[in-house]
This record gives sequence, C-alpha cells and structure tokens, in this order.
Amino acid sequence: MNPARRRLTPYLLLLAGVAWLLVFFVAPMVYQASTSVQTGSLDKGFRVTWHFATYWDALREYWPHFVRSLLYAGIATAACLAIGYPLAYMIAFRAGRWRNVVMVLVVAPFFTSFLIRTLAWETILADQGPVVRFLDAVHVLDVTSWLHVTQGHRVLATPLAVVCGLTYNFLPFMILPLYTSLERVDARLHEAAGDLYATALTTFRTVTFPLSLPGVVAGTLLTFIPASGDYINAELLGSTNQKMIGNVIQAQFLRVLDYPTAAALSFILMAAILAIVTVYIRRSGTEELV
Amino acid sequence: MTRTTRTAATRTPPVRTSPVRWLRRNAVVVAGTLALCYLMLPNVVVLVFSFNQPKGRFNYTWNHFSTDAWQHPCGVADMCGSLGLSLRIAVYSTIGATLLGTLTAFALARYRFRGRGATNMLIFLPMAMPEVVMGASLGTLFLNMRIRFGFWTILIAHVMFCLSFVVVAVKARLASMDPRLEEAAQDLYATPLQTFWRITLPLAAPGIAAGALLSFALSFDDYIITSFNAGSAVTFPMFVWGSAQRGTPVQVNVIGTAMFVLAVLLVVAGQFAGGRRRSARRTV
Repeated sequence: MNPARRRLTPYLLLLAGVAWLLVFFVAPMVYQASTSVQTGSLDKGFRVTWHFATYWDALREYWPHFVRSLLYAGIATAACLAIGYPLAYMIAFRAGRWRNVVMVLVVAPFFTSFLIRTLAWETILADQGPVVRFLDAVHVLDVTSWLHVTQGHRVLATPLAVVCGLTYNFLPFMILPLYTSLERVDARLHEAAGDLYATALTTFRTVTFPLSLPGVVAGTLLTFIPASGDYINAELLGSTNQKMIGNVIQAQFLRVLDYPTAAALSFILMAAILAIVTVYIRRSGTEELV
Repeated sequence: MTRTTRTAATRTPPVRTSPVRWLRRNAVVVAGTLALCYLMLPNVVVLVFSFNQPKGRFNYTWNHFSTDAWQHPCGVADMCGSLGLSLRIAVYSTIGATLLGTLTAFALARYRFRGRGATNMLIFLPMAMPEVVMGASLGTLFLNMRIRFGFWTILIAHVMFCLSFVVVAVKARLASMDPRLEEAAQDLYATPLQTFWRITLPLAAPGIAAGALLSFALSFDDYIITSFNAGSAVTFPMFVWGSAQRGTPVQVNVIGTAMFVLAVLLVVAGQFAGGRRRSARRTV
C-alpha cells in the first residue's frame, strides 16, 4: 500500500461511525443547547431569544428533583458496590468450576426486560406481601420509618423502594468491571501477603482492593450515570414525592410540551454529571480509563 | 505479639465444629451468594407469576396455577405486534451498529492518526450520558426537522447508542490480538485482503460477536430513549410500560421468562462451543 493511501485508510474506516455520532449525537446536543435559550409556543414556533431565565426558573422549580436524583443515584451506587464487590470477588477467586455458571446468571438479567423486572419488584414489595410482612414483624420498618425512608407499614411508594430498584437494576454494571479487574489480580500476591504475616483483612486492604481500583471507578461510573438519569424506578416503585429529574424531563418533553425547559433541565443534568465524573476521575487517578 | 498468634491461629486447618470460624472463612462466599439471590429474585418472581391466573386485572398476588398464558402467548391485543417491532428494530440496529462500530474499532486500534484522541472521546461520551439527555435531545432535533417519528427514528437512535458499546468490545479484542500472526500471513505471501479474511476477522470474531450481542440486548430492552423518538410506534418495552398502568397481562411474564431462558441457553451454548474449540486446539 502506498503511504498516501495508508494515511487515508483510518479516516475511511472511521467515516460512517463518526458521521453517525456527529449527526445523531453531537448535533442534537448542540441543538438542545440552542433550544434551551429559545422562547415561543408550540403553534407559533420557537425562536432563539437568549432567554437564559429558563435555566434559573428550571433550577428554582426543580432543584429538589436534582438533589434527589443525585442522592438516590449516589446511595444506589454505594449499595451496588457493597453488594457487588463480594459477588465479583467470589466469582474471581472462590467460584472454581461454578465460575461460568455464576457469570451467566449475572449477565442474564440484561436479556430480560428492564421493565418486567422492575414490575416484579412491585410484586415482591407489595403491601401485605411476605417480604413487607416479615420486615414489619422484625421491626425493620419501624427503624426505616424513623429514618424517613419508608412510611408506615409499606415499602412501595417510598424512597427505600426506589433506591432498592435502582440498586437492583444497575448491579450488573457494577459487577462486570469489578470482576474484570479482580480477575487480573495474581492469586500469588495473596499467598505472598499471607507469607508476610498479613491477616486476610490486611491482605484485602493493602493488596486486593488497591489493585481492583480501576474496576471500582469504572463500576461506580457505569452505575451512577444511568441511575441519576433514570425515571423508570421512580415512576413504577415511587410516588409523586420520589420523582427524579428524569421524570420531570420526560413530562416536560412528552406531556407539557415545554421543550425549552426540558432542554435546559437535561443540559443542567449533563453538565452536573460531566463535572462529577471529571472530578471523580481526576481524584481517583485513573485517567487512562477514558 | 498478639498479631503473630492471631495469624498462627487462622493458619491452622479449619475446625469443622466451629460455625463462627467457618462463617469467618467463607464470609465472601455467603455475601456473594446472597447478592446472587438478590439478583435472581425478580426473575424467579416473573417465572412463577407467568403461571398465575390473576383474580382481577393486576398480576400482583398469587391466585391459582394455570398454563393459559403459555398456551396463548399472543392472546393479548397488540402485544405480539409490539414484540415483532422490537425484534425487527433490534436486528437492524444490531447489524448497523456492529458494522459501523467494527470499522471504527479497527481504525482506532490499528492506526495512529490525527484526531484519534478526539474520536476516542466521541465514542466515550454517549456511554457517559444519561439516556434521558440523549433521548430528549435527539427527539428535539427530529421534531424541529419535522421528521415523522416512527420506525426509522427509533432505528437511528438505537444505532447511535449501541455503536459505542460495539467499538469498546471490538477494540478490546483487537488490542489483545497478537500482531505477529498477521505479519506471519504476510510473510507467507497472503495478500492484505486474504490476511484480513483468513486471519484478522476470525480472530476478532469473538469481540464482534460480544458487541453484537450487547447491541441486541440494549436495543431490545431500551425504553427511555425510544419513548422520546417513537411517536405512535409501540415497541415491546413501551407496551409493557403502557400496560403497567392498567394491569400487566400474564403474557408479559411469559415473554420475560422465555427471553431469560433463551439468553441463558445462548450463553451456555456459546461457552460450550468456546470450551470445545479451546480443548480441540490443545489436542492439536
């Protein structure tokens, strides 16, 4: 191949994919930014008037939804890490010949509809269902009511139900990157730590966990980002008091038809997430992730 | 001093009679198994309730056993139509995203060129963007371009968000490939095209397959982005969402269970085939 053609090859390969993303991902983002500073109505049409007040109005009215979204997503991410880490560890080091079977079970939920599984939680957490009655009997619900995460003798339509649903739905996104980075940890390092009189806990704290950090960072991002924009769990498992920012954007866009507000809200959400992700990646020192 | 005695104690073989010690040694396995149960619970519920005959419209409480829904999976109006639409969109968007994504991955993995970093960033961004943001912005664009919402707008959106996942899967596979195999082929007088078809593509195939499988699952399951770009078209997730308000038919559970079983069988078959190929190679 002559050098000129060789220089051109990567661009030819890239052409279709990059064009697709530029037209259907970047252009809409730019367009959305312009929509957010437009004013007008559906029948008269919208025009760019640099009406930045939309942002202030949107923030003033919907800041609780933003706070709630980031809070729920944060708690769900922490819960995913707490639940997912032991499972990823088990698959990587303790599952033996069951490893592939467990892996299949972790990935399989991806192939059952997200919505159907969330609806199943409605059945599980139903009032008077066995789970709620058990939690009530052992007084767990008293404690959670006191913490204001549930209300009375029910779990559905409370923050607990929404966070539980978020945790469940995004758990595989946490487990897979954790497993990938734990799998690379050389088991001989554990033996070496043991030979140097480290207890199991010290080995974990000083050897295994630091080596799995790239997986922790990737997993928390993959969980936090979709969870903060999700509205399915809040809609199906929560009540009007648990609405997240996704619910507001969806309602503004599909029902109220107030496109500038919807655009401003999603622009703020995008900016907030990009800011959090950037700071997080910097702080955790795994910039090669991107 | 206390430290050494403690390690010495844990290093002695486990004593069967102490459940506390057993629990201490296997805490990870216990916690992991519990996590797995948490992950499996809704699937079990979906399976069990696919055999329910609900009393009212809502399939939330157990009434009595019936195989009605399994015998008439299309007994609900519009459900199988939406399933067909979802499958069609999933197949087409998988083909589109896999094709575009594989080409992009080859460029990124095999060439050093100006704008490579920017391209990597462009691929990463859709994965770091909440679905509502992507769905709403694309919807706004279509709306203002006066493009009719429907099959094509859904397909465009799905190819867009599946693309990045294919690129990541294929790129990872290409990065772990031994470049010497291709050099060897060239040394043996294979033309570049022959090298590509007989060496590169077969070696990259598992990555491409993984990307395609992921695309299919993502596309088939997507509700959020679709809801902004569907207009009056109804995909299967949209049907489920709509029916959730007025009572989900049992048939939805049948489809959910069938998909789960199919997926497990598919992955197991893939693992089996992979295992066979590996052992065959070992015997050669």
